Amino acid sequence: MKKILKYVMVDIVQNKIVLIYTALLLIISLSIFNLEDSAAKGMLSLLNIILILVPLICIIFSTIYVYNSAEFIELLVSQPLKRKSIWLSLFYGLALSLCIAFFVGAGIPILFYHADSTGIMMILTGIALTIVFVGIALLAGVLARDKAKGIGFSILLWLYFSLIFDALVLFLLFQFQDYPLENVMVVFSFLNPIDLGRIQILLKMDISALMGYTGAVYRDFFGSSMGIIISFLGLAAWIFLPVYFSLRIFRKKDL
Amino acid sequence: MIETKNITKKFGKLKALDQVSVTFSKGECVALLGPNGSGKTTLIKSLLGMVVPDSGEIFFNQKPIKQQWAYREKIGYMPQIGRYPDNMTIAHVINMMKDIRRGSRSVLDEELINSFGLDKILQKKMRGLSGGTTQKVSACLAFLFSPDVLILDEPTAGLDPVSSEKLKQKILDEKEKGKLVLITSHVLSELDDLITEVFYMQEGQVLFHKKLTALIEDTGELKLSKAITSFINNHHSLTVV
Repeated sequence: MKKILKYVMVDIVQNKIVLIYTALLLIISLSIFNLEDSAAKGMLSLLNIILILVPLICIIFSTIYVYNSAEFIELLVSQPLKRKSIWLSLFYGLALSLCIAFFVGAGIPILFYHADSTGIMMILTGIALTIVFVGIALLAGVLARDKAKGIGFSILLWLYFSLIFDALVLFLLFQFQDYPLENVMVVFSFLNPIDLGRIQILLKMDISALMGYTGAVYRDFFGSSMGIIISFLGLAAWIFLPVYFSLRIFRKKDL
Repeated sequence: MIETKNITKKFGKLKALDQVSVTFSKGECVALLGPNGSGKTTLIKSLLGMVVPDSGEIFFNQKPIKQQWAYREKIGYMPQIGRYPDNMTIAHVINMMKDIRRGSRSVLDEELINSFGLDKILQKKMRGLSGGTTQKVSACLAFLFSPDVLILDEPTAGLDPVSSEKLKQKILDEKEKGKLVLITSHVLSELDDLITEVFYMQEGQVLFHKKLTALIEDTGELKLSKAITSFINNHHSLTVV
């Protein structure tokens, strides 16, 4: 396992995209903190960018990487190695390198300008979202044999989680505004990891006005600290389930 | 050494393998023959666990291989079209394999690396290699760990005559050491002096599996290509009658 992980990591580092991603995050976060007059405002702007950018880069880079490693995977499968360790090494390699990229690009500036519990929460959420979307990318990559189909599927998933999901929730809210939907909304928020991440940070920041409808309901429902714990559990499930299902499919896949 | 029992594999509607049962034993050099798309590569990939059969069982040294992986230490596999990570050099690929399979064999067989002259171009990237050179890398990797079983899928396709001859000599040497060698090839004339058994597949089914000597005796032909043609012709006329 360690051996394969080593080769995956070396390969990803040689691939310059992760370095560019790190630089991009670094530029964005530094310029935001320098432009905004208060660090707290900077955090909010950064939050919105992280919630869009991190899932997008992670899901697309990982999907493309899975397809480009098809030869590598084929080579390894014919060797005395467990399929499970091949697949998990790929997952750990991607997750680890993208997490390091996030930590260097966004984490260090956050610690520099806003080193309190909110800042740490933001870094943790960013890392959790990174891992979630690597997992989703692996699932998309193992489901579709065709490269174009797989990448298209990933882009659709990202669009769904960042835009379409919110639109659907709003639509439902307006359609059923005569009914009490508060509790249903809480359940809905668990269906979207990006929503969970947003709620988690906003609960920590305690800015009710910016929480949006789900966030406000969420806080009423769970209270701040309980809400954070539960949304973290939700994110953990979002990490575990896609990876678990992709592994199950990969173990039986014909190469 | 390797035994399959009624393995069946479907790709959509196509039956790539249809109730294939066969035993390959130690010390034999078996030619897997058959028209394009007759299921040879699927059979090989099933033996390696790269393709999972829909039904039936495969045994390696009497043990079922399902969900197993350690048995592959005893197999060297040369794929039909070797595909390697683009931005690794030849040295990287070879070292990675050594690293992954370390412990499975203490003595490494680097004879082919030297005789193919790969030791002089170790720093070349896999991306820039010609088809033939990639084949050479595949061959070196298959023989590197002196495995008990060698599975070679179209080993000489794309190789120049000199390298092809070197590879054939290497296969002969390994056969002499009592290893099981499975070869698929379309160039029958090459196989004449290599093989001891012929395994012929058609549309996913086994048409026949015979010792080469028996085949020559049955048909009265000395050349493998002629023997097979005449056997198939007889067989077909028999089924027609």
